[in-house]
Amino acid sequence: MAKGKVTFNEDICKGCGLCTTNCPVNIVVMNTTKINAKGYHPATISDIDACIGCANCAMMCPDNVITVERF
Amino acid sequence: MAVVFQKTKGLTDKETHYCPGCTHGIIHRLVAEVLEELDILGETIGVAPVGCSVLAYDYFNCDMQEAAHGRAPAVATGIKRSLPDKIVFTYQGDGDLASIGAGEIVHVAHRAEKITTIFVNNAIYGMTGGQMAPTTLIGQKATTAPLGRDSSTTGFPLKISEMLATIQGAVFVERVTVHNPAAIRKAKKAIKRAFEVQIAGQGFGIVEVLSTCPTNWGMTPIKALGWLEDNMIPYYPLGNLRTPEEAK
Repeated sequence: MAKGKVTFNEDICKGCGLCTTNCPVNIVVMNTTKINAKGYHPATISDIDACIGCANCAMMCPDNVITVERF
Repeated sequence: MAVVFQKTKGLTDKETHYCPGCTHGIIHRLVAEVLEELDILGETIGVAPVGCSVLAYDYFNCDMQEAAHGRAPAVATGIKRSLPDKIVFTYQGDGDLASIGAGEIVHVAHRAEKITTIFVNNAIYGMTGGQMAPTTLIGQKATTAPLGRDSSTTGFPLKISEMLATIQGAVFVERVTVHNPAAIRKAKKAIKRAFEVQIAGQGFGIVEVLSTCPTNWGMTPIKALGWLEDNMIPYYPLGNLRTPEEAK
């Protein structure tokens, strides 16, 4: 059961990958099957059930793409 | 469900022009979050520099003023002296503050102006395409130091925070970084303290933030974080160099 909910404002993601570096459960990944409005592979969550809602990903994001909610 | 992280009201909705993975975005957010938390967004006037952050006035949701290259502390001095009730900060990079603006930053501290400076040190000139800056590390490659910086011809990287900490009017000096979430939390605390020092009218405060420049360092944003940790932090040690209590 997921403890957190992570929402990505995908179209403003620059695909830098900084959000993937500090996830304690390693579920933040780059979506290489998708290209956003800016032309980058946006970040996404591979397994939302594992999310603990720590907001490390959002903390690392330089572009305020990520919103984190906790149950 | 509680929101634990969302974009601060201290930033406008405009998307930044910064390169992917540039930590300017994180530092902008920290400053904006502090202004929002201290509830001084409506009272704050920021001064933008020349360099990558030249367009910072588009991103901060407070009043902003652009300054000539390196002169942000002088412009901030004028604003603070004519409007002493306002909170005034400058946001400057290392090419702006440590090079052409080295005189201004020394004398704003020397005069103990009651302003706050956010100094973003990424050890290179970013906007102009990766030339060597005074803060470029020995051996670090830049377009004007293609074989790496050589101390026999170009000297040694300038430690601005240590230099300013010797000036009595600089009552708050701290060096922080933003390469991981723990460091980001510490950086935010330091920035908050620097603004509190200004609100209390204690003197000049500066927070030096080590930052990455993936584009001009020639590496991926993730590798750049590692390079910062392995190379910059040993030369530019983190921590507080001066607090108002010590400055008395």
